[in-house]
Amino acid sequence: MPDTILEPPPHTAPAVFTRALLDWLPWLEPLAIDALTERHMKALIDAARAKSAYFRLLARDPDALRARTLTDKDIFYNPDAGLPRAERELAAAATSRFNGCIYCASVHSRFAATYSKREDDVQRLLDEGVAADLDERWNAIVAAAVALSTTPITFGSLHVERLRQAGLDDLAIADVIHAAAFFNWANRLMLSLGEPTST
Amino acid sequence: MDADIIDKLAGIEPGSALDMIRKRRPVAREQAQASYRALFAPENADEVSMTERFAVAVFVAGLHGGDAGIAAHYAAGLTISGASAELRAAIDGAIEAAKGQGPYGSYPAGPLSREDVAGPAHRVAAGTRQALGPRLAAVFDHVHLLVFHPRDAAPAALGALLDTGWSTTGIVTLSQIVAFLSFQIRVVAGLRALAGAN
Repeated sequence: MPDTILEPPPHTAPAVFTRALLDWLPWLEPLAIDALTERHMKALIDAARAKSAYFRLLARDPDALRARTLTDKDIFYNPDAGLPRAERELAAAATSRFNGCIYCASVHSRFAATYSKREDDVQRLLDEGVAADLDERWNAIVAAAVALSTTPITFGSLHVERLRQAGLDDLAIADVIHAAAFFNWANRLMLSLGEPTST
Repeated sequence: MDADIIDKLAGIEPGSALDMIRKRRPVAREQAQASYRALFAPENADEVSMTERFAVAVFVAGLHGGDAGIAAHYAAGLTISGASAELRAAIDGAIEAAKGQGPYGSYPAGPLSREDVAGPAHRVAAGTRQALGPRLAAVFDHVHLLVFHPRDAAPAALGALLDTGWSTTGIVTLSQIVAFLSFQIRVVAGLRALAGAN
């Protein structure tokens, strides 16, 4: 049988950006859990991800998924100096807010709020968008993420200077660049292969 | 394929300040390279041919504009893959016709509708479609969506790919190629700006 589009079951699509827990419904058939081979499991990195339709769909190209996931983890979780985790998550949330990925924004705004303990500021980013006035350091990070996310890219030396003025060293600025760039990867997969649903 | 592609495209020399910065995130560096290898030197190119992979890359790089070195890198790969001069010229024409500014698009109807930004749903022109062939032409329509207005994505866009013979697995690989390049091109632009601001 030729491959077909999946009809998502009746569900409630989130109508706003939110920090609430969302689920994601695929438009294409993920691999079945019992069809996952050792190679697929190796690509998932965490065995628990076998439960996720998103990761089982991406597991159809296991080498690409594995490398994607390991890239992601080092950009966000590497604890060696640079940008604090909270602000790596802020860059991810801002990128997702700007590109319009409600699912990705929900996950990474939760992380940003948890690690920064600035729930109100993170919520303002979600409610008002990337022009929300947070504080100069966060505004500089959000503006950098936005300039990196436009096509054509508009990020330049003025953004670098503003980040330096806000106290970021070059490793931290490289972390902003990688976090925003990575979410231009993640947003495009999440947005185009399925849709979010309220749980 | 073994030389680090981001280093090459961003002009990062061994021992430079940016080399030292990239060394602090060694897994990200190694796995960005592994991603590039998985997509552009795959073990198995049955679902998406090498010419198709590089054709998509040249189109994505062209739509981003800016750094000519990135486009030239993928154009060289396209030539090595055996693409005809006619196909290469058709891709150049497709880029010129499809250029724009993103991100734009619509949200599900509701409070976010006030943030909707109108913009075109691009369709490759008839003459170019013929030169690209139906499979690649359908992909280019989809690539334009992914690059410029991904929040307009809908099941019908994937249906158009299935209708021209792409498999589900092929669509996953194509989506990874476009999404990965959206990352790689931004890392290169960002690191170049960081080096230039010193």
